[in-house]
Amino acid sequence: MASVSLSEAEKVYIMHGVQEDLRVDGRGCEDYRCVEVETDVVSNTSGSARVRLGHTDILVGVKAEMGTPRLERPDEGYLEFFVDCSANATPEFEGRGGDDLGMEIASTLCRIFNNRSSVDLKSLCISPREHCWVLYVDVLLLECGGNLFDAISIAVKAALFNTRIPKVRVLEDEEGSEDIELSDDPYDCMQLSVENVPCIVTLCKIGCRHVVDATLQEEACSLASLLVSVTSKGVVTCMRKVGKGSLDPESIFEMMETGKRVGKVLHTSLQDVLRKEESLGPERPKVGFLG
Amino acid sequence: MAMEMRLPVARKPLSEALGRDTKKHLVVPGDTITTDTGFMRGHGTYMGEEKLIASVAGSVERVNKLICVKALKTRYNGEVGDIVVGRITERRRSAEDELAMRGFLQEGDLISAEVQAVFSDGAVSLHTRSLKYGKLGQGVLVQVSPSLVKRQKTHFHDLPCGASVILGNNGFIWIYPTPEHKDEDAGGFVANLEPVSLADREVISRLRNCVVSLVTQRMMLYDTSILYCYEASLPHQIKDILKPEVM
Repeated sequence: MASVSLSEAEKVYIMHGVQEDLRVDGRGCEDYRCVEVETDVVSNTSGSARVRLGHTDILVGVKAEMGTPRLERPDEGYLEFFVDCSANATPEFEGRGGDDLGMEIASTLCRIFNNRSSVDLKSLCISPREHCWVLYVDVLLLECGGNLFDAISIAVKAALFNTRIPKVRVLEDEEGSEDIELSDDPYDCMQLSVENVPCIVTLCKIGCRHVVDATLQEEACSLASLLVSVTSKGVVTCMRKVGKGSLDPESIFEMMETGKRVGKVLHTSLQDVLRKEESLGPERPKVGFLG
Repeated sequence: MAMEMRLPVARKPLSEALGRDTKKHLVVPGDTITTDTGFMRGHGTYMGEEKLIASVAGSVERVNKLICVKALKTRYNGEVGDIVVGRITERRRSAEDELAMRGFLQEGDLISAEVQAVFSDGAVSLHTRSLKYGKLGQGVLVQVSPSLVKRQKTHFHDLPCGASVILGNNGFIWIYPTPEHKDEDAGGFVANLEPVSLADREVISRLRNCVVSLVTQRMMLYDTSILYCYEASLPHQIKDILKPEVM
């Protein structure tokens, strides 16, 4: 993860601020920075989204391709995650420096989506044991400004909401072999239901309290963080601890409760924004990267 | 708890937003500024094929017969007498250094210093020979582009709202609580690690957000501009200052 070096005095200042619920930029311990979400920014993907959270900039593209189902789950499709930490984000990611972080994020995303209820995988099946849709989710880290996991999970949810998978029909030929027919209308697609897609809330422990949405400076002061993946109904799907420090079991419980509370609000805001964007229709002004 | 998500809005061009009448003449490297040879060439320009050509990307400034191009974003160029705020990243390792300096300054510490000399390759030599320079204690650092810090007589300002600010010429702005004892300035080498009061913290956070919003709007930073921005921001909550509609 990108890190900044801070002097002792600066770290003490940040820690005391967190104790008093007034962080360096005036936020409280449970406040997020302003988030900007835009979907459908990449034209040759099935779905894409770009999220800006303070100085953190994430771009996610989803491509739907046909493949064979996994052996142990023959009537379901699946998702594949790949995370690319671009060297633009921070000089530490130059060359192969970003690969470790990329793999860590990809494996976390896999764990979160590795259950039946996050995404309806049965809807991705075309014909059991033969064909299914595979969603390749590619995450690109454009800028690193703290709180990567939260921004990535918001972007993945927005991209999945924006994904349009073409409808296919399976035809039986006379010889018994199957033919897959794509409908002629390019707008005849099915949408995935993202009701149960979870979002990650990162809680960093600074001093005796924990903060949500830490900046790079705050992450440098924190020795341990807890990643909690929460659905919109407040159900925790996965939890992970990162960092060198140790966490008390009581504080883990408190952090989990905070994560659930914050997660529910996060989901409602995200759903509102995505619905608002969708209601603007295809003629909405696209800001993209040059706005 | 607050959580705000929004759709992005396209940025408005600055001259429209601020109602400036004169449109700036913007150039990129290689652009011809003028073919009139009667002008003297200043920084950011060079003479080629009887034309004055820009060598940096920025706006053209004309003072009588002198034409220069002021770059929008530059790396800091040191001048003798500039005040800078810097962070220690590496240090020379020798026996005397270990014994003497390590007690005072560690890697990662912030110091304020004055530029003593500039070498030909652009490296600068700094000194902290006055008590007003030295190690910086508790406070907030904001990093901005060096071109936005206005050259003034003094860069150490004690603002009436209750905090002090050091505007480093290299773009590092340090905001800290005003020390109570006037004889102990921001310098010295022993940092004060006592907790800062909540009122001071609010002032410092508000100032930090004001500086960031001025930088986003590409306005010059000096003590009165920061103060006006602070006063204009008082009706809003501290965390709301960075929202586009408030700016």
